[in-house]
Amino acid sequence: MKGINIIVCAKQIPDPEVPFSNVSVDVEKKEVIVDAPNVISPYDENALEAAIRIKEEMGGKITVLSLGRKVSDTVLRKTIAAGADALILIEDPAFERLDSNSVAYVLSRAIRKIGAYDLILTGRQAGDWDSGQVGLLLAELLGIPSISLARSIKIKEDRVLVEKTVPVGYEVVEAGLPALVTVSNEVGELRYVSRSKMMGLLKRPTPIPKWGAKDLVDDLERLKKIQLVELSPPPDMRRACLFIEGSTPQEKADKLASFFKELG
Amino acid sequence: MSELLLLVESKEGLLDKTTLELIRGGSELAKDLGIDAAAVVVGNETSPLAESVASYGLKKIYKLEHPLLKGFQPEAWAGALEWLARQITPRIFLISHSFVGKEVAPRLAYRLDTELTTDCLNLRIDPQDGLLIRTKPIYGGNAIAALKCAGLPQMVTVRKNAFEPMEKVTTKSDLVDMVPALDESIIKVKSLKTVKEDVVELDKANMVIAGGRGIVAKEDFEMLAALAQAMSKSQGKVMIGCSRPVVDKSWMSSDRQIGLTGSIIAPDTYIAIGISGAIQHLVGMIRSKKIIAINTDPGCNMFKVADVGVVEDYKALIPALVKKLEESA
Ligand SMILES: Cc1cc2nc3c(=O)[nH]c(=O)nc-3n(C[C@H](O)[C@H](O)[C@H](O)COP(=O)(O)OP(=O)(O)OC[C@H]3O[C@@H](n4cnc5c(N)ncnc54)[C@H](O)[C@@H]3O)c2cc1C
Repeated sequence: MKGINIIVCAKQIPDPEVPFSNVSVDVEKKEVIVDAPNVISPYDENALEAAIRIKEEMGGKITVLSLGRKVSDTVLRKTIAAGADALILIEDPAFERLDSNSVAYVLSRAIRKIGAYDLILTGRQAGDWDSGQVGLLLAELLGIPSISLARSIKIKEDRVLVEKTVPVGYEVVEAGLPALVTVSNEVGELRYVSRSKMMGLLKRPTPIPKWGAKDLVDDLERLKKIQLVELSPPPDMRRACLFIEGSTPQEKADKLASFFKELG
Repeated sequence: MSELLLLVESKEGLLDKTTLELIRGGSELAKDLGIDAAAVVVGNETSPLAESVASYGLKKIYKLEHPLLKGFQPEAWAGALEWLARQITPRIFLISHSFVGKEVAPRLAYRLDTELTTDCLNLRIDPQDGLLIRTKPIYGGNAIAALKCAGLPQMVTVRKNAFEPMEKVTTKSDLVDMVPALDESIIKVKSLKTVKEDVVELDKANMVIAGGRGIVAKEDFEMLAALAQAMSKSQGKVMIGCSRPVVDKSWMSSDRQIGLTGSIIAPDTYIAIGISGAIQHLVGMIRSKKIIAINTDPGCNMFKVADVGVVEDYKALIPALVKKLEESA
């Protein structure tokens, strides 16, 4: 195969790894309020990293597709700085708060609009709704094989070879292209993108197409919104922590050891 | 009348505890709706598992048998379950949020044209319209959402420990043989080999000693191993676990990862070393009886959920602790 055409689906979300004290719930408005900058959902970053490694090995093109609300090209341009060739944003009030089936449907429309592709990569789950199903739904919609929880991905001629995590270890599976693979963190973190590279890109930005409902969906009634009955804060997890004090590590260790002695 | 259906899973050939949890949750929902609860066992030879699941008060057990259902191939399982769902049109379909569940449920939901909610903690029926109200944690567990979806079957995956496991009853369920129409051509993903690794089951430990990104060198996990060794003399079964960054660095395999996308455990004692306490980690260990945190940052979240905390560099503390434990043993 000469050059591979990869589409990576990547979502922008408020940083899901902030301390829990930065997250609150507006029960009235049924909204989660996260006091954190926006980032690319971590597993989607893993997917992009996997894509870049494949491209480095065999050449080709990576298109990042991002559906979201208030999508910011500064956050998503990181994908280009890291090694993607094109970025397409999908945004429309009609696409807000969609359920998983509808999100997958909109993505499938965008992928059909893009046209040719060999491989679609998504993260194993998004860090906001933690739903973990859009990738597999998208493959069903496109009628292509799907493989989940990849820890390594290789292309061999017209097939994709995946090592996927399974409960007893890992399984090596293969499927014909085009195929969709959901990517897990074992693939490795997205490569470091230097600030200067980011800044350079922002100074002479490549145009980023923005697609809305009129570009993608002619049967809007097919889209369903999430029906949120209630949103509540989680149960309080805090405990009263007894801090073990001491002037040396050994003193602290001795006190901790006697604590364990009482336990055991 | 249409039923509530749940998917039976096994572990090393035996009924998995999560299935007993689904039976408890499912039986209650079915009772609320005045419908029967049934289960489906999938495989090429389902009798042993079907027999063992028949003692938990379900009305029927469907034995979905086909040679292609040997082992676990997601497309074959989804195909067979789709076939069954079309025959019996269940009103509710419960699946564990397990490896198998995560593979099968989304594919099946798409094919049955219904909306799936994954990783639910609680389920109840809305008395107004009879739909399931699905409670699931979002933002890693920082918020709890209750959702409703149209579509039949009402379909969810359920998190481990969401319900108490069901106890045996004296009556037996009816066993119903079902042979799905399946064709090899539905299998597009070919399994080349499965490589068994030395996997640990952290939920069997009395004490878990977990290291995080704060552990700066791979060799330093030997300190944790020495601590585990010293602890095992008084604390029962002690195992080493970790947070996700340790898996990212390939220092440990994913079976040792604790949290939302790893194992969810509740040992007697959990020692978190160099782990900050992100919500996605906490949901995996917050039910531990005693939580001990060792961290250089007094303000980290792990101390907020710990019973005992030591603000100290693990490199100094752990060897000193091992020494003391060994002296006093
Ligand atoms: C969808 C999703 C799913 C996820 N699933 C999981 C999951 O299943 N499990 C999981 O763990 N994470 C998961 N994460 C990642 C999670 O959000 C955190 O990024 C991760 O848990 C952080 O790991 P950590 O605490 O080890 O690292 P950090 O947050 O970097 O913390 C390191 C800690 O080490 C301390 N430290 C540094 N040096 C020392 C020293 N010398 N001695 C003692 N302490 C020291 C620091 O003070 C700090 O508190 C998930 C994230 C997402 C978005």
